[in-house]
Amino acid sequence: MVRLLSFLLFLATWWLAALLTGDVKLPAPPAVLAVILREAASGALFINLGVTLARVALSFTLAMALGAAIGYLMGRVKLADRIGDPWLILLLNLPALVVIVLAYIWAGLTEVAAIAAIAVNKLPTAVVTLREGARALDRSLDEMASVFAIPRGRAFRHVILPQLGPYIAAAARSGLSLVWKIVLVAEYLGRPNGVGFEIGVAFQLFDIPLLLAYSLTFAAVVLVIETVLVQPFELRASRWRPRAA
Amino acid sequence: MQLEVDITGKHFESAAGERHDVLAGVNFSLHAGEVGVFVGPSGCGKSTMLKILAGLDHDYQGKVSRPTAARLGMVFQEPRLLPWRSVEDNIRLAAPHIDEKRLSELFAILELTEHRSHFPGELSLGLARRVALARAFAIEPDFLILDEPLASLDDALAAHLREQIATLVESRSMMTLLVTHNLDDAVYLGDRLFLLSARPARILQEVLIPTPRARRSAAEINHIKADLVRRRLAKI
Repeated sequence: MVRLLSFLLFLATWWLAALLTGDVKLPAPPAVLAVILREAASGALFINLGVTLARVALSFTLAMALGAAIGYLMGRVKLADRIGDPWLILLLNLPALVVIVLAYIWAGLTEVAAIAAIAVNKLPTAVVTLREGARALDRSLDEMASVFAIPRGRAFRHVILPQLGPYIAAAARSGLSLVWKIVLVAEYLGRPNGVGFEIGVAFQLFDIPLLLAYSLTFAAVVLVIETVLVQPFELRASRWRPRAA
Repeated sequence: MQLEVDITGKHFESAAGERHDVLAGVNFSLHAGEVGVFVGPSGCGKSTMLKILAGLDHDYQGKVSRPTAARLGMVFQEPRLLPWRSVEDNIRLAAPHIDEKRLSELFAILELTEHRSHFPGELSLGLARRVALARAFAIEPDFLILDEPLASLDDALAAHLREQIATLVESRSMMTLLVTHNLDDAVYLGDRLFLLSARPARILQEVLIPTPRARRSAAEINHIKADLVRRRLAKI
């Protein structure tokens, strides 16, 4: 109920601002809704959203898998941590734009370059979170698994992974919000489709209703995915522990 | 099946590089069907010794010969249960092939039947200790290590759990090592008692208790305890 009221307040503020500033700078909600319906009817909205979501899914999966593996290794093996730490600091401080531009220069304006660049941007945050998770693992449970000769695979799945659950969920949550933002920049700079590309077109044409139509639809999709997928997963992964990472 | 232990030394180095000797001379053997009990003051190095015997610590001087095929079961000082798995699932993780009949039997002996679907966070320390015991017995061990399994329980509960441990130990011929600083536990459960010195620990004396566990009367237990106290005082 409060959320609905909050949403209605947002709409009212937008409408009022549109009335005050005029349609040219800020179109009112019905004008934007009309563009959303038009783009949806032509199918362009779904195609662009689908393409962007596919890029998000691919780069997110790649970054999480690699980041989790590297972070786990760095948290468990001191030498790996000492070798990887300077790389991590470099990657954490490298602006997303630099990575994307370099990827396009080195690999061309290709899908691989875009996905790799997005993944590289997300990678270090996943590494840092999972490294903390691996450092916080309960050694006494390792000993228990060792004494009872629980095979490594089973021990990883049933003893280690549940302890890493809250850290994986935290990395996924922060990572997804980062990927949502970076994917649009990558599309804007070098892809021929996707929400970021359409926003670029709207910018060049000063087509503010189109810009808002894509931005708001994308934001709505992000919100739905966060609510339906990420939050329940985070809750599930952390339920045995009073405080998540 | 026999355990041969000859630990001549074990030390730690502090961050400042200082050497701290923990074990100085621990030499004994244990046969199947025997319960050996280590009695020593707190902090004398008992848990360090158990880690070595359990194969968790290989950095020591001396030799430990454990039958290679021996299945090891251990009850740690803290129950070390996985909080995200139920009581039954904790046991099945260590003993995946246990049959339902044996599991129910263990639950019945340890009075855990009504708790099998509970999570460790829902259990008291006494109950969690019993689950840890059930887990150790579920794997049908050839070598059982009990590291102060009754510590920080109230007297009545400790006495009750001690009886349950005795029942389980009698039910299977295995090498059992118990570490405790409680003489009641030592005399009630042990066949051979090893009296340890303060750190660095060494075996001061070995005491045999010839009367079978089931026939030990309260008077005899008190007599052995008094004798042990005298021996310990004589060694100081």
